Amino acid sequence: MNSHYGIYGGQYVAETLLPTLYELEYEYEKAKSDPDFQAELKRLLKYYVGRESPLYHAQRLSRHCGGAQIYLKREDLNHTGAHKVNNTIGQALLARKMNKKRLIAETGAGMHGVATATVAALFGFECEVFMGAVDIARQAPNVERMEVLGAKVNSVTSGSQTLKDAMNEAIRDWTARAEDTFYVIGTVAGPHPYPAMVRDFQSVIGLESRRQCLEQCGKLPREVIACVGGGSNALGLFVGFLKDADVKRVGVEAGGNGLETGAHAASICGGRVGVLHGCKTYLLQNNDGQILETHSVSAGLDYPGVGPEHSYLADEKLATYVAVNDPEAVEAFDLLARMEGIIPALESAHALAHAIAIAPQYSPEDILLVNLSGRGDKDMDNIRHYRQRTQKTTAQHK
Amino acid sequence: MKNRIEKIFERCRDEKRAALILFTCCGYPDMENSERIIQGAIDSGADIIELGVPFSDPMADGMIIQKASQIALQNGASLKKVLAMAERLRKRNPNTGFILFSYFNVLLSYGLEALTDELARIGVDGILSVDLPYEEKAELEPLCKQKGLHLIPLVSPATSPERARLITGQASGFVYYIAVRGITGVRTELPQELIARLEEMGRISPIPVVAGFGIGDPETARKIAKHARGIVVGSAGMSLLVQEKPLEERISDFKHFVKSLSGSLSPDA
Repeated sequence: MNSHYGIYGGQYVAETLLPTLYELEYEYEKAKSDPDFQAELKRLLKYYVGRESPLYHAQRLSRHCGGAQIYLKREDLNHTGAHKVNNTIGQALLARKMNKKRLIAETGAGMHGVATATVAALFGFECEVFMGAVDIARQAPNVERMEVLGAKVNSVTSGSQTLKDAMNEAIRDWTARAEDTFYVIGTVAGPHPYPAMVRDFQSVIGLESRRQCLEQCGKLPREVIACVGGGSNALGLFVGFLKDADVKRVGVEAGGNGLETGAHAASICGGRVGVLHGCKTYLLQNNDGQILETHSVSAGLDYPGVGPEHSYLADEKLATYVAVNDPEAVEAFDLLARMEGIIPALESAHALAHAIAIAPQYSPEDILLVNLSGRGDKDMDNIRHYRQRTQKTTAQHK
Repeated sequence: MKNRIEKIFERCRDEKRAALILFTCCGYPDMENSERIIQGAIDSGADIIELGVPFSDPMADGMIIQKASQIALQNGASLKKVLAMAERLRKRNPNTGFILFSYFNVLLSYGLEALTDELARIGVDGILSVDLPYEEKAELEPLCKQKGLHLIPLVSPATSPERARLITGQASGFVYYIAVRGITGVRTELPQELIARLEEMGRISPIPVVAGFGIGDPETARKIAKHARGIVVGSAGMSLLVQEKPLEERISDFKHFVKSLSGSLSPDA
């Protein structure tokens, strides 16, 4: 298995973890060609997760934008409300094969934490989720969900108290307990084989979307668009279309208050190459190589790195990466709710905002396929606070 | 001509003792006092100093070093400043071993070519990068070899004898045996198999094996030192420095602690 994507990726972790990574790679390779494993995965994705997820033509939204037809891949309709479960089911099956007793996970918005707590309950694993104290405050409903599912949520108070710090803490726990513990990484980052493994588990998004688009429209989309924090939903979507030269693949990063302000989480658009959490990739860092604090209205995108394969795709121009700022993401969130009766996750709203912005450049025959990676129920408190903050700022300016 | 690290281990062997290797978080509490602390460690009997360059996300470290790193960074610590400090320390201490210790991103961000040039010029003896395992060392190792720097490898309780042979076979300086599965920090109990594993590593490795992670008091140091060529102490010393006390008292406690460690390694201890 290839551990690098060009210069990116690799296994930049403490020696203590290397034997664990080799064991995992070995088991994963075996699972890929094991018909029983694949059949079990398929069965769970169908009857437990509820796949396949629909590809939905957002007609009112498309008419409102004028131009291209916007189609939404409804990953928000999966059990637990996001694409994350595609991956946690796969990793939990591996953990069971490897006789681990305990699952740990990092989480930002809480969606991956919920998806991990869910499969832990399903398979009877102990489960501990690491979550930054700031994220716990802004994504409270997900904390309660994890606890109801029987997981222990550990509040991480070091550093910026968000996703990167949660990941530091999960890695520390894993280093000490790799013998009985499986670390369920939620995105296409971390040391090899995680980026490849998570991509493979999420590739169901792209493979289904491509087939559905051909079935429903008789042609392929002009662009496939997904939000990128670590980038698992985007990579899962892109891999379905990598051989289609005419399909533009667009990753939307969190522009926060704007790239020029420094308060953002757009690692590819605004970062430089470095090493964090086991892989070499684009990072937000200062001149001394210290990782910067990030900002985004969406907790799930609030991460200073990005999956190494995205860095490779960006350099090779196999995918395009843009940034959408907080206000545009919130506007798209509102618009989808009002126009289509669908409340998207604020993460997914970034991808949607980009589609809304570029739709008028296309003709009505053209298709833009947006991955609606998660639902927005978890964001109610968050969006209320955002509105209170911005109203205050607007009032001050007047 | 023998290099400095070899000479240190030879000298220790002649004196029938293990080498004392001390990790310090550079820039804690600030650059100026950090330099005093390191000089204090040397004056109190440390043979080799690991110059820990703080990183914002120290994934292999426990609470004590996390806290010290964060404060050091808030007070302006950087690799550049650590190198300037190392140059002064080297001039004053020609026989002490100095190993630059950090996470790979800090080194990479400085530029590996420039960094290895600078280390060789100053007379720092080597580099230890906790998150640069055997699989990823190709980016740094040739530069180290070319410039006469040791790239210090780590082995852990999870490392198989075959892998340990591979790792130590190509290395120079010394090899760092991580005594526990986990992160840095003082442990009240070390694994039972530690001594057997250290003996095994001693047989496998062509270069001296030192033990670190979790060693917190002179008594433990003395026990382990009988089975290793050196012991590394980090968090235990740093824990004295992060106390809520006047700085002078903390530094004095720290020096006293290093002295007692050093004493515990002497043959008549």
